[in-house]
Amino acid sequence: MGLWNRRLVLFVPYAWLLLFFLAPFVIVVKISLSQTAIAQPPYVPILDLSAGWRGLTTFFSALSFDAYRLLASDAIYLFSYLKSLTVAAISTVILVLVGYPIAYGVARSPRHWQPPLIMAIVLPFWTSFLIRVYAWINILQRDGLLNDILLRLHIIATPQAWLASDTAIYIGIVYSYLPFMVLPLYATLEKIDIALLEAAADLGCTPLRAFWMVTVPLSLPGIAAGVLLCFIPIVGEFVIPDLLGSSESLMIGQTLWTEFFANRDWPVASAIAVTLLAILVAPIMVYERLQRRHLETPK
Amino acid sequence: MDKSAALLRIENVRKQFGPLTAVDSLSLEINRGEFFALLGPSGCGKTTLLRMLAGFESPTTGRILLDGTDIVAVPPHRRPINMMFQNYALFPHLTVEGNVAFGLRQERLSRAEIAARVEEMLALVRLKGFNRRRVDQLSGGQQQRVALARSLVKRPRVLLLDEPLAALDKKLRAETQFELMELQRKLGTTFVIVTHDQEEAMIVADRIAVMDRGRLMQVAAPNDIYERPSSRWVAEFIGEVTLIEGALRADGILDSALGPLRVPENIAARGKAWLALRPEKLRLSATRPEENLNALPGTVFEVGYRGGVSIYKVRLADQSLVKVALSNSGPTEGQEMSIGAKLWVAWPKENGVVLTQ
Amino acid sequence: MRRNVSVFNLISIVLGLAFLYLPIAILVIYSFNASRLVTVWSGWSLAWYRELLSDEAMIAAAWTSLRVAALSATAATVLGTLAAIALTRFGRFRGRVVFSGMIYAPLVMPEVITGLSLLLLFVALNLDRGFWTVVLAHTTLAMCFVTVIVQSRLLDFDRSVEEAAMDLGCPPFKTFVIVTLPLILPAIAASWMLAFSLSLDDLVIASFTTGPGATTLPMRIYSEVRLGVKPEINAVCTIMIAVVALGTITASLMAKRGARRRERGALGAQV
Repeated sequence: MGLWNRRLVLFVPYAWLLLFFLAPFVIVVKISLSQTAIAQPPYVPILDLSAGWRGLTTFFSALSFDAYRLLASDAIYLFSYLKSLTVAAISTVILVLVGYPIAYGVARSPRHWQPPLIMAIVLPFWTSFLIRVYAWINILQRDGLLNDILLRLHIIATPQAWLASDTAIYIGIVYSYLPFMVLPLYATLEKIDIALLEAAADLGCTPLRAFWMVTVPLSLPGIAAGVLLCFIPIVGEFVIPDLLGSSESLMIGQTLWTEFFANRDWPVASAIAVTLLAILVAPIMVYERLQRRHLETPK
Repeated sequence: MDKSAALLRIENVRKQFGPLTAVDSLSLEINRGEFFALLGPSGCGKTTLLRMLAGFESPTTGRILLDGTDIVAVPPHRRPINMMFQNYALFPHLTVEGNVAFGLRQERLSRAEIAARVEEMLALVRLKGFNRRRVDQLSGGQQQRVALARSLVKRPRVLLLDEPLAALDKKLRAETQFELMELQRKLGTTFVIVTHDQEEAMIVADRIAVMDRGRLMQVAAPNDIYERPSSRWVAEFIGEVTLIEGALRADGILDSALGPLRVPENIAARGKAWLALRPEKLRLSATRPEENLNALPGTVFEVGYRGGVSIYKVRLADQSLVKVALSNSGPTEGQEMSIGAKLWVAWPKENGVVLTQ
Repeated sequence: MRRNVSVFNLISIVLGLAFLYLPIAILVIYSFNASRLVTVWSGWSLAWYRELLSDEAMIAAAWTSLRVAALSATAATVLGTLAAIALTRFGRFRGRVVFSGMIYAPLVMPEVITGLSLLLLFVALNLDRGFWTVVLAHTTLAMCFVTVIVQSRLLDFDRSVEEAAMDLGCPPFKTFVIVTLPLILPAIAASWMLAFSLSLDDLVIASFTTGPGATTLPMRIYSEVRLGVKPEINAVCTIMIAVVALGTITASLMAKRGARRRERGALGAQV
């Protein structure tokens, strides 16, 4: 490929991402160091390059850590972060427990069944995320299907409030993120050579022990990928807790949304985003390493 | 233009992959119109050398001259050399005709000329009428002929073949070998084939270059390589052989652990040497042979029956084994040749080859 | 891993699929429910679909979403394919780690962060928020998914057909266009579809980066849903499900035909 062709192929996506992915983060940091103002846009200071060096110095001296101080001082933010991390951790564990048997089941089915089964698992993912969360509202609301069935089966006496609870959030999250756990798990499990299990059996292992001593260790890369693919975005989830959860304790995604849209407090919203990013930076980098190894080592 | 017989001259070509030397300062001449084979075990560098001729690898040092011009800097799509790939590498999204015409379309010939040459080539490889077929509907043998047609239709100066018969079964392989030889004779194109199958190399090639670990071991016509190998390595690589170690004396005798053995006259070398004996050049007899033959007493250790030929492994006085091949030209003589029989292995002195390395 | 389908496996798969499809099935069924209440079934009716047709705001939102999705999917596919080529064919180049970092991060980044940061960028650049800012935002997110899919396909790609083409006189760039691209087209098409559905489905990023007059369908649905379950929403959702399901099944059938042809071709070479 000609040298200029190569340069162009690389330059276009590179420049795009630098502009639309990396640069915005710098701006978020800057806004988080600004102060709210009744103005359009609602923050000061604004960098005025036409004022030259003076403009720069006044700009930097006007930066403040007020937003961060607010985050540190008001416990509501700390609880929000903690709740998000807890919900993400617990849901990820549930996802592994629910997703592993499904992935394992598909991986062990006859070859020609596997593609349609995987498609069946992935198909809901292609339908709207919002729709699927909404579908659960249908079921979980006070006069919804779940209460209806439970009442008829006499398991409960009066309709329960399933919505606006943490349980509803967990159901919603597990429901929405299941394909993200099942797919990487399936990809890893499917590659395990059945001869290894036969060897284990030949050497005296019961099927259960062979599962724990051979299958699970070999599927660890898939588990790692699935865990990261779920945990990281769940921490910042907004739609599910907003539609299915209660308004008492908010997850950090909701807190950010509220600060931005309801309170019009851009600096605080940005500070929340920066802090969230700082928390997630480590797992994101682990994920990147995993992806690089998977996609960039020659096969 | 260089009018000598050598079409391709490989001069001190060396290919390094990091710490690994795949081809080690190799020099070779390939003549116009010859069917040349690169033969050797896997990892010997023959495929790397072929890919350097095609242009997909560049030598670390050295020159490759085509008709006197160095082509090392010329990219593959501009070399008048074409390659037939081991897995055929047919374009799945094109028909047979599309595949064969592909190279001609790059040359910007007229549609009429392209059509004519495609027809001619398809007839030559016996695929007439297959134009519109999709390549994934063809059998392995048919796909191979499409690949051949595709690379020959451009009338290249050299055709490179990368283990072209490896995927075929034995019978089809034998048929295709003869087809390839016929095609090469008819077209007069220089063919360079890479193979690890020595029998194949001996059948098709005019000359063979035997390679081991990046080095040339011997370059010669098939019968020269077989009858007059230049080293023990080549003798053992091609066909079956028994080697007897000894010291050469002045009077045409090799002193070995089995006694003095007569060797062909006019050997100038002295000192440590080996006598190479091909199985078919030896005889077995129950009685002691005449005086002018080399004769060694032994016991039959194993008999390998192969239909037309039987290979006898005979244990000699010093516990070494010698292989003797006898054709089963009549009903097999009974018990004298069975395991445990005590026989004499004999050969005239001209049937042995002396190797000094 | 194959063979014996144990009872446990079967139950896991069946339960899993039931869990995934039941809510959707319920939603679809109740879109045809004549009664407003989810718990009361009062017969089949297309009333809600009819109401949908007269809901101008909803239809406008749907039209906006479709246009945004089509534009951003196309742009994302082009950019993502270029990025995949760079990552698979260019070996080590300066800034490669940063580049691949920027490609893989958006795959897991919480959408509130990406949405907020893009909006702040648009404000800093003084861009009027509206239709085009949403398109830019969706393109950025989707291109990363495209890259990963196309990259995976390119890694599996047998380069000997490219070498064959060059050997026959085709220069490298032309080889890529007339040999490689047609053969990786299914992967590119699949990633276009993924980008399309990502855009169609997105709520958070669209909410941050949109402006007056450019309300997308998810935004519309979301604002209505906050007020409670409405049967018209069931109808909208059912239509969206039907469209996506049809598209996915068609695409995978086409992909299967292509893969089967390739398999036969590869088998033929071994015969």
